[in-house]
Amino acid sequence: MRITSEYVGQIGRLSRLALTDAEKERLTTHLNAILAHFERLQELDTTQVPPTAHSIPMENVFRDDTPRPGLTPAEATAAAPESAEDMFVGPRIVET
Amino acid sequence: MAELHTLTAHELADQMRRGAVSAREIAEATLARIAAVDERVKSFVTVTPEAALAQAREVDERRARGEALPPLAGIPIALKDNLCTRGVRTTCASKILDNWEPPYDATVVARLRAQHAVFVGKTNLDEFAMGSSTENSGLFVTHNPWDLSRVPGGSSGGSAAAVAAREATLALGSDTGGSIRQPAAFCGVVGLKPTYGRVSRYGLVAFASSLDQIGPMARDVTDAALLLQAISGSDPSDATSAPVAVPDYMQALRPEVKGLKLGVPREFFAQGVAPEVEAAVRAAVDRLVALGAEAEEVSMPHIDYAFPAFYIIAPAEASSNLARYDGVRYGLREPASDPTTMMERTRDAGFGAEVKQRIMLGTFTLSAGYYDAYYLKALKVRTLVKQDFDRAFERFDLLVAPVTPTVAFAIGERANDPLQMKLADVCTVPVNLAGGPAIAVPCGFHAGLPIGLQLMAKPFAEETLLRAAYTYEQATDWHLRAPAL
Repeated sequence: MRITSEYVGQIGRLSRLALTDAEKERLTTHLNAILAHFERLQELDTTQVPPTAHSIPMENVFRDDTPRPGLTPAEATAAAPESAEDMFVGPRIVET
Repeated sequence: MAELHTLTAHELADQMRRGAVSAREIAEATLARIAAVDERVKSFVTVTPEAALAQAREVDERRARGEALPPLAGIPIALKDNLCTRGVRTTCASKILDNWEPPYDATVVARLRAQHAVFVGKTNLDEFAMGSSTENSGLFVTHNPWDLSRVPGGSSGGSAAAVAAREATLALGSDTGGSIRQPAAFCGVVGLKPTYGRVSRYGLVAFASSLDQIGPMARDVTDAALLLQAISGSDPSDATSAPVAVPDYMQALRPEVKGLKLGVPREFFAQGVAPEVEAAVRAAVDRLVALGAEAEEVSMPHIDYAFPAFYIIAPAEASSNLARYDGVRYGLREPASDPTTMMERTRDAGFGAEVKQRIMLGTFTLSAGYYDAYYLKALKVRTLVKQDFDRAFERFDLLVAPVTPTVAFAIGERANDPLQMKLADVCTVPVNLAGGPAIAVPCGFHAGLPIGLQLMAKPFAEETLLRAAYTYEQATDWHLRAPAL
């Protein structure tokens, strides 16, 4: 399987990366080289093999639903590029 | 008396207990060493002398009051810069987090603080721990203390270089596909990747959450055990930390391998392993056999497929984890009038080439049309790899392999060949997929550069790893050599 520069642009949009044309070209070359390496996996018949998402078996973990100290709003917003009144400020997302 | 920065943690702890040296003197010696050599090695992103001296002063005051102090009190420790430190810049060596000050400590950091360890600074890494040479750092390149023209390995290259260069007595790294063991091998130090879940990941900036694990880097096995002891154990803040009792790892440090069954998986020696590396590792196996262990060749037929499976799974998880860098809550923002353009510009400006490549790869393998062919396939191959390990551990106590196919390569040598670069991890990624612990210990030199021996064990068998590594180390002197700087 080979992917095109146009398709790389589409993946870039899904990844929220504004790629330059030069970056798209470079990524197309590199990604195709890596995907070619992945072809080896098709040598294995895995139709009867279950997937493993986690190596160590784990049950759901619960804790008591009791309040405990956390960050204050001021601490939580302290590193934001822009904040006001203990809230994060971002570009407008709805038209008025 | 030897210069303080050259001593191990257990030697320093002995001297402090005897009153022969103060924590302040140790901290000053370590900071002086950093000042003397770090301009050339460049292990550190941030050095924290004031905080280190304040922590050392507190140790001395407590000792003067007659308090019994924990084993790591007063020991200088470096932290990989993807571990959150409250109020101290944590960059992940990325421009997107440059100057970010976390509002909380990672659990491992909090546990070391409770032991009154002395934090000397934050170490360089491949951006977001993605890389094998620390050349992918978005800040600067770290140099191998044994040969400054060579890479220290990665991604925990700054931590490995700092320990090898005697700029820190101990360091923490993180290991997703070899990022503790591989730089440990390249820099001639001990590095241990604990079992997945042995150590809390809370406050470790996430790369691939089903694989990431924090672990110790040290100059000998005893020091690695001391640091592992301090950071191990379940944590309510990390649901994937295992509720498994933590043994006394110091009890495992005895020179005793009689009857220990070592498996030598031939697939680990087939993948472009240099003859000098193979010879050193096989000589180490012979040494362990001479000390009483039994060794036998074994085949793990799916090991060859672990590498491609890993390079699907880890970027897939990364593409999801790194979605959080959106220019809103912390880190860099490149302004724009609409949110999508703001995010695209922020991420384009903030992430380096390797991180972008992995986000792209992960987004691709998780996309609707390719999920089954790549991501799901890789998870199934992960099952086969894990079954290979399970079967091997029915017969063997430990598996023995090289850490890396070659010694440290030259800076720039592999920078433009992403596949060659990643192949530096071919011997380390399999056990990350299976979840068990593994240790890298020095086992030789080639052309003045260290070679590492890798021991792998079944999940939560860190004691077996430590016992065998300690036995080997006590019978050899590779760990006593130091780079000339």
